[in-house]
Amino acid sequence: MSMDALDQLYREVILDHHRHPRGRHDIDRVDVEASGLNPSCGDEVTLQLQVEGDRITDVAVIGRGCAVSTASGSILAELVKGHTIEDARRIAEIFKRMMHGEDPPAETDLGDLEALTGVRQFPVRIKCALLPWVTLLDAAVARAEGRTGKTITTE
Amino acid sequence: MSRGDVEKQRKAPKPQPSATEDRWPEVSRRFPALQRSVNAHRLVYLDTAATAQKPDGVIAAQQEYYRSFNANVHRGIHTLAEEATAAYEHCRARAAQLVAAPSPSSLVITRNATASLNMVARGLEHTLHEGDEVLLTEMEHHANLVPWIMLAQRTGIVLRHIPITDDGKLDLSKLDELLTARTRIVSLMHVSNVLGTINPVAEVAEAAHARGATVVVDAAQSVGHLPVDMVELGVDALAYSAHKCYGPMGLGFLAAKPELLDLMEPMEGGGEMINEVFLDRATWAEPPLKFEAGTPNVASAAAFPAAVDMLEEIGLEAVRRHEEELAGYALERLSSLPGLVIYGPTDPAERGGLVSFHDPEVHPHDMATLLDQAGVAVRAGHHCAQPLHRRLGVVATTRASLGVYSSKSDVDALYEGIRFARRYFNP
Repeated sequence: MSMDALDQLYREVILDHHRHPRGRHDIDRVDVEASGLNPSCGDEVTLQLQVEGDRITDVAVIGRGCAVSTASGSILAELVKGHTIEDARRIAEIFKRMMHGEDPPAETDLGDLEALTGVRQFPVRIKCALLPWVTLLDAAVARAEGRTGKTITTE
Repeated sequence: MSRGDVEKQRKAPKPQPSATEDRWPEVSRRFPALQRSVNAHRLVYLDTAATAQKPDGVIAAQQEYYRSFNANVHRGIHTLAEEATAAYEHCRARAAQLVAAPSPSSLVITRNATASLNMVARGLEHTLHEGDEVLLTEMEHHANLVPWIMLAQRTGIVLRHIPITDDGKLDLSKLDELLTARTRIVSLMHVSNVLGTINPVAEVAEAAHARGATVVVDAAQSVGHLPVDMVELGVDALAYSAHKCYGPMGLGFLAAKPELLDLMEPMEGGGEMINEVFLDRATWAEPPLKFEAGTPNVASAAAFPAAVDMLEEIGLEAVRRHEEELAGYALERLSSLPGLVIYGPTDPAERGGLVSFHDPEVHPHDMATLLDQAGVAVRAGHHCAQPLHRRLGVVATTRASLGVYSSKSDVDALYEGIRFARRYFNP
């Protein structure tokens, strides 16, 4: 590994999301909430979703983490707003597979999420990138079951 | 040589190197893994508190076991079995000596320090009743918290904790109140794996014994880094791991007073730990074998004495001085970085060879990744001490920990690495 690998991990777009994370605001109404924990470092994230019908109309991301998990949460806030919960769930699944080495389907627009592929060269950091997304998957399940999410972990 | 000569030789002071002589580069060259590079940089290994690197002597001894006398212990009558048993029992004797255990039979060979602590908790379960108290500290590693939490869930005992001061020391001002008529066990770490604090174990043990409590010490971070003497500490049981003091993986020890081992029930049943077995009942072997069910890690046991030999040859007082000097140097260099929060006592005399810090600008995970790019291996996270991190008000810290092979240039590499990480994130 080298500076190249490092610059692939911390691409400018990632550092920008880290410095200016999106979704760090109070939302009008919390319809679904879920929390995620990365037991290896103790980082926690809480997602709050405002939902109209089955469409996510606002997202709040609460919690502090490393640059990778903060950026990943920020991209999540930007990306899933306006999508249906089912779409958001699909993006989360694609991202999970992507982090484990699969290429995303060609037609999918993953926005800034593509920039996180550099994390794949740092296997221990993959959990950092996935934390907000596994939390989102739990939020989707919670919504379907009509409950608030439980704290899930990246393990 | 007569017995008297042996005694004289044993007691004769070891030749001390002069102040100008630097023996440590030679010590460092005995560790083959340290000769590699990482990310095109010299490896700077600052994660000894997680596991120490292994010297050639230990690696060779482990190989020698497999190449020359691999056999199961205690049961065989053939030559290899006798040699393997002798090596295994030699390990027990050396591991007991290293911490001044009452005798080799007071030393149980386990998988690691965690297993040793679980063994005490489970072994004393039958002596505890609902409402009895176990006193721990706020700074404990999960290995000395969770076994007691599990015990509390099963028995209804009450867990209490000695708090810490803002500079990371045990706050003993309330010790008299925390020790009650119901306190049955006091268990605490010797050296904190996060704060570096060397705890006043002897003082706590004395107060605990005055109330009739049993005292257990988690010495995982002290053995191999400073002289550890069970008698001086005044404890009833002491747990440590081989791999943190330059020995092989998968081997730990529980040194305990004979009367405590007699009182403890075995946690696991099976071969080796029995005296007589019938279809419906069994009797246990005497300690320490009572606690050693099944085939142990003989290869690691055969290798561990080589680590003890090295520590004795260097001298644990000298190891301690070396780590104290380097910890002082690390504190001095890191304190010069504006905004960096350093945990634990500020006086190196009060701490072991490790320094944990938090950089408000760079999360510990990012810090560890960036340092690794410069060849500097550190640990980032909660270091298996989540309650302590809650007390410190952070979820994670970065920890640099030292060993016999560490040098000022390693500390300099850490300092430069942190500066690099800061520049990288905030150009």
